Amino acid sequence: MTNAPTAETAPPNAERQAWMALLAKCPAQHLADLAAPLSATHPHSWLRPPEVGGVMVRGRAGGTGAAFNLGEMTVTRCSLQLGCGTVGHAYVQGRDKTHATHAALIDALMQTAHAATVRATVLAPLQAAAETARAQRASRAATTKVDFFTMVRGED
Amino acid sequence: MYVAVKGGERAIDNAHDWLADERRGPRDIAELSIAQIRHQLALAVNRVMAEGSLYDPDLAALAIKQARGDLIEAIFLIRAYRTTLPRIGHSHPVDTGAMACDRRISATFKDLPGGQVLGPTFDYTHRLLDFKLLAEGPTAEAGNSGATQGMPAPAPMPRVSDFLNRDGLIQDEQPGPQTPPDMTRQPMEYPADRPLRLQALSRGDEGFVLGMAYSTQRGYGRNHPFVGELRIGSVAVEMDIPELGFAVEIGEITLTECETVNQFTGSKTEPAQFTRGYGLVFGQTERKAISMALVDRALRWEELGEDNMGAPAQDAEFVLSHADNIQATGFLEHIKLPHYVDFQSELELVRKLRAEASTPLSEAAE
Repeated sequence: MTNAPTAETAPPNAERQAWMALLAKCPAQHLADLAAPLSATHPHSWLRPPEVGGVMVRGRAGGTGAAFNLGEMTVTRCSLQLGCGTVGHAYVQGRDKTHATHAALIDALMQTAHAATVRATVLAPLQAAAETARAQRASRAATTKVDFFTMVRGED
Repeated sequence: MYVAVKGGERAIDNAHDWLADERRGPRDIAELSIAQIRHQLALAVNRVMAEGSLYDPDLAALAIKQARGDLIEAIFLIRAYRTTLPRIGHSHPVDTGAMACDRRISATFKDLPGGQVLGPTFDYTHRLLDFKLLAEGPTAEAGNSGATQGMPAPAPMPRVSDFLNRDGLIQDEQPGPQTPPDMTRQPMEYPADRPLRLQALSRGDEGFVLGMAYSTQRGYGRNHPFVGELRIGSVAVEMDIPELGFAVEIGEITLTECETVNQFTGSKTEPAQFTRGYGLVFGQTERKAISMALVDRALRWEELGEDNMGAPAQDAEFVLSHADNIQATGFLEHIKLPHYVDFQSELELVRKLRAEASTPLSEAAE
């Protein structure tokens, strides 16, 4: 693995976990628009071409108790290698092989000297879009917040 | 014994061509797109994902289109597709406490931390047909984004059961085995433990689980449920990535979770406590999640030291082996397929019995 050594004391891999999560959860089209220029200039070879499979999602009884199998979700994964030898992985919800390919490419590039550029041109816009979408949904939900009043049952 | 038939290829092909034609309908009416089904028939899509036991809204929408809106047929298509997928792994148990809630209500506490959030609900509608939807015209502008400006950030929404539990008023959830049983990998076994029951209920037929839940409310295994909390929203799905050696979030799914607060257990040594039922289902599927929680609670009679009243909803084998609509419809619908040889033998048997019944006297006289 070619994890760039960082001086941070944050849990190891925390940064990479964050960008991989962002890449997996972003809209495929948005990522494609941002990653297309990089994809043309950074050729790669496959270690594992994109494959679609199922992941069994688990829950917990009562939300906190015994784990149980809830049901599966579709996931696409792939691994690729840049010309310099850096390896990128992707595990992405759904069956979009292009989405997985772009995610793995960005994962690889984030471990190279291009990291700062990629962060600014790809990750930052994705992060901003995700935060906006989340905030909009949350504030829409907040408009439906309700205060119930218990009616007094008077006898007299 | 079933004996296969052959022949009829041409008729079958023609029937399937006609099916495709009927599916498309009159050509002067615009064809439905998968995106339209996914977004405008979202609750049908959710049901197909939940009972198909595969979270993929596009595939569920495709299945609904292909099945001409027959949801059980669509679920069948999803189940069949599911079996072709290699199993990549399993997720960490999702953290529903950290759900980004679209909806979160409690029927037990009026002023709960985080508040009551109605979300996009049918509740409090008048159930009158809206003829505005019948008139095809320009649709309303999307969203009321103006009204959402300046709203405070959403408050954290702790579980109702957590703050009930702080006073010890509700039973603790017990940890279970590290690897829960998986009915998609091993045949069902009885007695089924709670993780196995929850898996089967979550993918069970909504109508069947609803009927079973309703039976408990009407007195067949009554357990006095309150909806302690119902929440709908998105949660992240995280799994261990073997080639990396750490866990990564691989996506986000919408879930409906229902926790019921039910009547007490207690004994000479332990004070009375509320008990729990639990429902967790893919998508926005609240009728199913509430039903699941009631049936889960009814099936816990033994571990909670309750009497077996002989109610159907207390019988795990009965409930779980009839909850799956694909198993049910497979066995039910197969009886319409050719059984000619099978029936021929029965026909001959009946004729023989009748012949014997009509000749006993003459035989006896010989």
